[in-house]
Amino acid sequence: MLKESGEMKDRIKGGSYMLESKNVNVFYGDKKVLQDVTLQVPENTVTALIGPSGCGKSTYLRLFNRMNDYIENFRKEGDILIDGKDIYRKDAEIEELRKTVGMVFQKPNPFPKSIYENVAYGLRIQGINNKDVLDEAVEKSIKKAALWDEVKDDLKKNALALSGGQQQRLCIARTLAVEPSIILMDEPASALDPISTAKIESLIYELKQNYTIVVVTHNMHQAGRISDKTGFFYLGELVEFGDTKQIFTNPKNKKTENYISGRFG
Amino acid sequence: MLKIKEYIIEKALFMCALITVLTTAGIILILTVEAFSFFRNVSLYDFFTDPQWTPLYSEKHFGILSLLAGTFLTTVIAIMVALPVGMGIAIYLSEYAPRSFRKIIKPLLELLAAVPTVVYGFFALMVVTPFLQNIIPGVSGFNALSAGIVMGVMIIPFISSMSEDALHAVPKSLREAAYGMGSTRLQTVFRVTIPSASSGITASTILAISRAIGETMIVTIAAGQMPGLTLNPLKPVQTITAYIVQVSSGDVQFGSLEHQSIFAAGISLFALTFILNSVSFWIKKKYRIQYE
Ligand SMILES: Nc1ncnc2c1ncn2[C@@H]1O[C@H](COP(=O)(O)OP(=O)(O)O)[C@@H](O)[C@H]1O
Ligand SMILES: [Mg+2]
Repeated sequence: MLKESGEMKDRIKGGSYMLESKNVNVFYGDKKVLQDVTLQVPENTVTALIGPSGCGKSTYLRLFNRMNDYIENFRKEGDILIDGKDIYRKDAEIEELRKTVGMVFQKPNPFPKSIYENVAYGLRIQGINNKDVLDEAVEKSIKKAALWDEVKDDLKKNALALSGGQQQRLCIARTLAVEPSIILMDEPASALDPISTAKIESLIYELKQNYTIVVVTHNMHQAGRISDKTGFFYLGELVEFGDTKQIFTNPKNKKTENYISGRFG
Repeated sequence: MLKIKEYIIEKALFMCALITVLTTAGIILILTVEAFSFFRNVSLYDFFTDPQWTPLYSEKHFGILSLLAGTFLTTVIAIMVALPVGMGIAIYLSEYAPRSFRKIIKPLLELLAAVPTVVYGFFALMVVTPFLQNIIPGVSGFNALSAGIVMGVMIIPFISSMSEDALHAVPKSLREAAYGMGSTRLQTVFRVTIPSASSGITASTILAISRAIGETMIVTIAAGQMPGLTLNPLKPVQTITAYIVQVSSGDVQFGSLEHQSIFAAGISLFALTFILNSVSFWIKKKYRIQYE
């Protein structure tokens, strides 16, 4: 099922893309895992990154909130821009960056705290402890994550008691509470059952109104269902990037075509 | 041939296990039997309410509270030393120290627990007590403070090592979630990692408490032989363990009430440490389930 909308008009804020990488290479030690990746993501779109396992999708995604910084012997060349600004510049504040660029991980990773405290966490670390403010933000965020009806009566319950799908939506709520403008998702539904997956997918589709979303998936059908743009990675290279519809119906590159039609991956 | 060899080895190993279990059972049995004879002469009520413990005097009192007070006092002091230092070390090693440094420092720390306790005892008596006397007026030659502090140093590795393991076991994904929302390193450590490891940390602390309660040599040497219902750390006290040493090494008559009193003290000690160890074990078990 592909989306009907034809050519997407790139919406560009203030002359720059929301997310952008310019000739990016990444190394782990001597091993080069990303090779000359250039890509632009316009505001309020969903971009899917697809490709076989180990081709560098996660590594690429995690460049945008500097999550690779913790990996020993990680090294990057080229520029990563958000809103036109180099996020690896000397005086960049990593904590501030991550309030703008939220992340949802592959395996649901709620804190072993109550549902409420999970969502309030991002505000508490900013020094916000006013109960009314927190209550409102918690409710708003859980509602946005389409989880409110299921948990509104036991916000005090430990988050680990929720099902996997609920935990993942809680993690999305937790991310939304910080009010980012960009959300990175690394295979957010890969650990979930089909029903939970469908919920996450429709959620992503809705969030697009207000957020710029980049989602890694190795489920091509999922990419087709939820994204406006698709990038196909293979062995560390961005083989092809374009409108999802075009990538899926009329890929320009032979490798993309093979992958899409399921001949490898 | 191989079969027989395996059979013999298997049986031998089983015997080793059996000996351990039988020894424990034997200890509990003897403690219980002797304590029973003791409680035929001393009522449980007196045992738990009499403020004095003077089995070796002509006017005999058997109030365990005096010994418990000594044990409690030295243990609390020890934990007050060991918990902050041990936790500080655990946090530093797990969250900040370079991996290579961690590899060197951990075994070194565990050496602290390997120093013979008699050495600690004399260190408390000969070095720490004179030092305390210099800075605090009114410190007795034997006192709970000095023994407690040195005992605290001894149990630092119990806390640091197990707490470090607990912190280390917190999944990387939780730290990433915290960083991902803009937490600083300090916020991640104190708001996510430590709370997530809290059951492991609690278990390690309880085990350390249990170890402090059972510690004998340091308190026998440095805390004195004066049972008393006091919580003054500057004065001499006597712990349950120190009392047992005193009677065992003295010349009380076998089968006398004085002699039986060490079994009453012993079973109290056993009950105390057994409960603490069980709680620690239970917490650890519960915590393990949480992440699987
Ligand atoms: N911490 C790391 N150290 C060294 N190599 C790594 C590390 N993480 C990932 N890699 C390697 O980098 C390549 C890309 O990995 P990744 O970005 O996780 O791919 P994907 O998400 O597409 O499966 C893989 O070959 C992987 O083995
Ligand atoms: Mg990946």
